[in-house]
Amino acid sequence: MSQAPATLFDKVWDSHVVRKIKDGPDVLFIDRHFIHEVTSPVAFLGLEQRHLKVMFPEKTFATADHNTPTINQHLPVKDPLSANQLKALEVNAGKYGISHWGLGNPKNGIVHVVGPENGITLPGMTIVCGDSHTSTHGAFGAIAFGIGTSEVEMVLSSQCIMQPKPKKMRIKVDGQLGKGITPKDVVLFIISRLTAAGATGYFVEFAGEVFERMSMEGRMTVCNMSIEMGARGGMIAPDETTFSYIKGREKAPAGADWDKALAYWKTLKTDEGSVFDLEHHFSAADIEPMITYGTNPGMGMGITQHIPLAQAAGGSKATYEKSLDYMGFHEDEAMLGKKVDYVFIGSCTNGRIEDFRAFASIVKNRKKADHVTAWIVPGSHIVEQQIKDEGILDILTAAGFQLRQPGCSACLAMNDDKVPAGKYAVSTSNRNFEGRQGPGARTMLASPLVAAAAAVTGVVTDPRTLMSE
Amino acid sequence: MAYDKFTVLKSTAVPMPIENVDTDQIIPARFLKATERKGFGDNLFRDWRYNPDDTPKKDFVLNNPIYTGKILVGGKNFGSGSSREHAAWAIYDYGFRCVVSSFFADIFKNNSLNIGILPVQVSADFLDKIFRAIEADPKTVLEVNLPDQTITILATAESESFDINSYKKHNLMNGYDDIDYLQAMKEDISAFAAQRIY
Repeated sequence: MSQAPATLFDKVWDSHVVRKIKDGPDVLFIDRHFIHEVTSPVAFLGLEQRHLKVMFPEKTFATADHNTPTINQHLPVKDPLSANQLKALEVNAGKYGISHWGLGNPKNGIVHVVGPENGITLPGMTIVCGDSHTSTHGAFGAIAFGIGTSEVEMVLSSQCIMQPKPKKMRIKVDGQLGKGITPKDVVLFIISRLTAAGATGYFVEFAGEVFERMSMEGRMTVCNMSIEMGARGGMIAPDETTFSYIKGREKAPAGADWDKALAYWKTLKTDEGSVFDLEHHFSAADIEPMITYGTNPGMGMGITQHIPLAQAAGGSKATYEKSLDYMGFHEDEAMLGKKVDYVFIGSCTNGRIEDFRAFASIVKNRKKADHVTAWIVPGSHIVEQQIKDEGILDILTAAGFQLRQPGCSACLAMNDDKVPAGKYAVSTSNRNFEGRQGPGARTMLASPLVAAAAAVTGVVTDPRTLMSE
Repeated sequence: MAYDKFTVLKSTAVPMPIENVDTDQIIPARFLKATERKGFGDNLFRDWRYNPDDTPKKDFVLNNPIYTGKILVGGKNFGSGSSREHAAWAIYDYGFRCVVSSFFADIFKNNSLNIGILPVQVSADFLDKIFRAIEADPKTVLEVNLPDQTITILATAESESFDINSYKKHNLMNGYDDIDYLQAMKEDISAFAAQRIY
């Protein structure tokens, strides 16, 4: 008898269940564990208090990213609290024999950029990190999601966590994306349709022509933001695009191991006839460059549209009004032409080489608007080197931009890169929550193209108007 | 870290009828720089609670002395955003033991259960009843009964049951955590690891 059809998600999840607890969570084995300086110290403290060891130190990888400065990384970190956390990561990694790519290491960068680019992230894995954007790694057909510090301690001490199995959702986008429409626009569009809680309780598989044609960088952008609609994670079936991205990367399998891995990876797709708890279908033709106007990532709109009326936006009117009031916006206003003070390109969402290529394509032969402060922050040293090697740095420099050093930077205001109160930022990061980029900062999320258009015009601009045929 | 056992909690409650309360509001990222778990309650809802000069914002509910208690009642989609367990730590450290909402973000819910906070998910109607009861009388007492899985507005005896899996319920009622459980099954885990391809 043939087996019942299974989804990609089921195949990966079920193969990692060490034990099923009746009316309780599954004990899930974790193949790869990433740690960073912010959410790991208390977990290590817990290990010490309980006199526990790290069970499989070779399955955990440490990188410093959240607190790190993005200029003068060769100098001591000025903020004593940040310096203390960075030191704690180094000490803990050393003590337990965990690989550590700290500040100054040529492999250093944002955890969700360095994992894939070094071949640590592979199809069919379970991957966790004390960071909600761990969902990024789902782009490779892995089950990847963010965990809390108690769970970091669990993974360190037992290589397992205890999770109820989420429900399954498939989101299909078919058709061809128009000019100037990027993966970021696709995911902001989906979140605007589903809302910031529309996928809570679900694990999402992205499928359809649009994702099949998308690069790995683009797939990472999409899966990265699946948490922004509440999903436990998002994933995309691995294919030739995935395999050719992985092949030859430092920690990727090679030789006979590669052949064995590849044979397994090719089984990682949703079988015909599989059933999802919920399915959504969208058409690529309905997607235009997106921008957010409110204080959660579900509050996004096509850049040529007007801000929705409260009743059309759904949810409570008071919450909606609080959000627009924070942004200094009003219902039914156009977003085009709104003044922009800061532009940020970078983060685990849009800090990869493709994002800087897109940014450069707009700013080439143009100049940064005088009143705009721009932070151009590569996701890793490897991306930084690519930017230099491909001549993108020359384009940026000629246009009046300065390239910074890798880190989470202005995504979350834990380091020196903060947007001042009341100022407007067009940001390629993932969250427009109140104060996310600094107390009182007003964030508009968008693609690298929209960010570039804002950087050179100084106002919210449709990037298609700056693109050649 | 050990936490207080949870059985039956009778308490007044603090109402926060705002939707999508995200973890950046609960504890802004700039307060995540500690290497120990202490003092997070001081910065709970920091930017809603204090002005930039550190004076309390008079119109914020935590600064209003008529609202007190160990139960926080929030709007739909409470705890969305970042995975920071610090958000749950801040809520616990401030003195809350239970958060009530009509919908919780997944990671926040897991984090809460792992540190001894009970997230109680109620219907939108019942949440509305709670908000209205507290608005009418800030001294309204709620009873959260974990063994029976019920939440009751004592003055009117209006009640609703809530879901929790029996494993987590047992943990909370006894102050156990998942690390104890996982340590007890290390042999099974080793055997499992040995047959993984990665």
